[in-house]
Amino acid sequence: MARRPGFMTYALLAAFVVGSVFPLYWSFVIGSVTKERAAASTPPLVPGGHFFENARRVFDQIDFWSALGNSVLISGISAASVVFFSTLAGFAFAKLRFRGNGPMMIFIVATMTVPTQLALIPMLKEFSNMGLSGSRAAVILPWVVTAFGVFFMRQYLVDALPDELIEAARVDGASMFRTFWSIAVPAARPAMAILGLFTFMQVWTDFMWPLVVLQGSDVQTLQTALDHLKIAPGQGIADMALLQAGTVMATVPLFLLFFAAGRQLVAGIMQGAIKG
Amino acid sequence: MIDNTPASVGTAAGAVPAETAPPVRPRLTFRQRLSLLDTKLSPYVYVLPFFVVFLIIGLYPLGYSAYLSFFSWPRFGVAHGPGVGWANYSHVLHDPIFRKALVNTLGIFVISSVPQIIIATIVAALLNTELRGRTWWRMSVLSPFVVAPAATALIFGSLFADQSGLVNGALHGLGLSGVDWHANRPASWLAIATMVNWRWTGYNALILLAAMQAIPNELYEAASLDGAGRVRQFLSITVPSIRPTLLFVIVTSTIGGLHIFTEPRLFDTNLQHQGGANYEFQTLTMYVFNTANSSTDPYPRAAAATWIEVLLIIAVSLGSFLLTRAAQRRSS
Repeated sequence: MARRPGFMTYALLAAFVVGSVFPLYWSFVIGSVTKERAAASTPPLVPGGHFFENARRVFDQIDFWSALGNSVLISGISAASVVFFSTLAGFAFAKLRFRGNGPMMIFIVATMTVPTQLALIPMLKEFSNMGLSGSRAAVILPWVVTAFGVFFMRQYLVDALPDELIEAARVDGASMFRTFWSIAVPAARPAMAILGLFTFMQVWTDFMWPLVVLQGSDVQTLQTALDHLKIAPGQGIADMALLQAGTVMATVPLFLLFFAAGRQLVAGIMQGAIKG
Repeated sequence: MIDNTPASVGTAAGAVPAETAPPVRPRLTFRQRLSLLDTKLSPYVYVLPFFVVFLIIGLYPLGYSAYLSFFSWPRFGVAHGPGVGWANYSHVLHDPIFRKALVNTLGIFVISSVPQIIIATIVAALLNTELRGRTWWRMSVLSPFVVAPAATALIFGSLFADQSGLVNGALHGLGLSGVDWHANRPASWLAIATMVNWRWTGYNALILLAAMQAIPNELYEAASLDGAGRVRQFLSITVPSIRPTLLFVIVTSTIGGLHIFTEPRLFDTNLQHQGGANYEFQTLTMYVFNTANSSTDPYPRAAAATWIEVLLIIAVSLGSFLLTRAAQRRSS
């Protein structure tokens, strides 16, 4: 078949990309005009010169820098934790023989289909009993290790790590953890990078649990701060210029990461699809 | 698989000389015993964190919800009151707002998942060609995925704003009247489904693209020789070959689509967060959330609603799995 793309292929893809990018452009346009211009019945189509003024109003309404710092901290720690514990468990499931290996792995995969995050109230009560509600730790705890992470690392290590290497290390008297650390981790590195990036984005964009557990707390993430911006007294909803300026500011950091590591993210999603 | 039985440890390490070893069972040195313990216990220690986390954020909250859903618990009570049987479930199921939320959730789900999967398959087929700047196209397609759902909701809230939005502006420009995106029920579903489609279509296209790349080129060459056109090849080679992945995408988007919360919550223009002035786009998850803040028996009723939603999600995912598989069997 003519796998060489014709004009139509490029045209259709270009149309799709325009549809993907346009809403972001629109957000910047609205974020850069005055409040009055944004509310006019004929919408603006080109950016205005008021972005920094709107940004200043965002700073007045929400503690943007603190929310940004929290998002970076929470997503970073969660990603590191998911990568470490998922690789450890994935290594055990892929390469070690122990009673219950198969059934436990099936159980973990099955938990991915259960929407556990819906039981908000008991979870909230449990976290306040532990003295965690309103803290960063409360947002991080559900992300210590994930079912997807364990599954992903297991699938990768099954093929990527030869049994002989582990055997050799054990014969040399290396402890199990030492074997993991110096044999499995280097072999797992590419998958670890992808899992880390993916988890970072997932935690960064998470909304419902942070909203619930950080209710009324000084600690907010960028996403919950957007919710606060929306209900800001006397402004919020009606003030589209303010909201879009805030949206742009909350979105830029992740886009910087995307520009730096988007290639790996694309590769990871495609690889996860084959392995999964 | 590595199987370090005591014998293999002993002999392989050569730590127990043959002449000193008792004939039946070699006595292990302290180090060997430690090593054996390490071998036996380590796997359990390594997988334990997952189960601890699952207990804290999955099993316990869901189990406690199930328990609580059979009791009464007044709003300001410190502990739950007497058992009430299935009353909480019956209350939820008879609540007109719950029924609205159920229909809204299913409606939004259908108009977000069906077009999404069709378009994602087409985009994947377009990407599965010898494009110039391949990485650039793939990254561009994925770019909406980088925008958080909360930000997505605010952006589309502005595009679909009733007075100042671009969509209504365009409709006015065409001489049509604008749509009440927040008050017209199907229109509000469409606006919310657009957000979901926007964020996830490119992501799913990449997953489907990965599956398409595994299709052997010879299939296309043979079809081409037989005079099959591109559309025909897409329908009779590409789509059937990516079935398992298509199934995976459908089931995962079902599980994700039915919890929808962030988009409708932030699309709302009133501060009660009830999903439109007349619950036009309140979803099940929003219902659970709001019930937990309601006046009578908030927690038990929210718990009952949680379980109804959990069971619904499991049933619909299973249903979409079986349906897709049956459809694929029939077509093959």
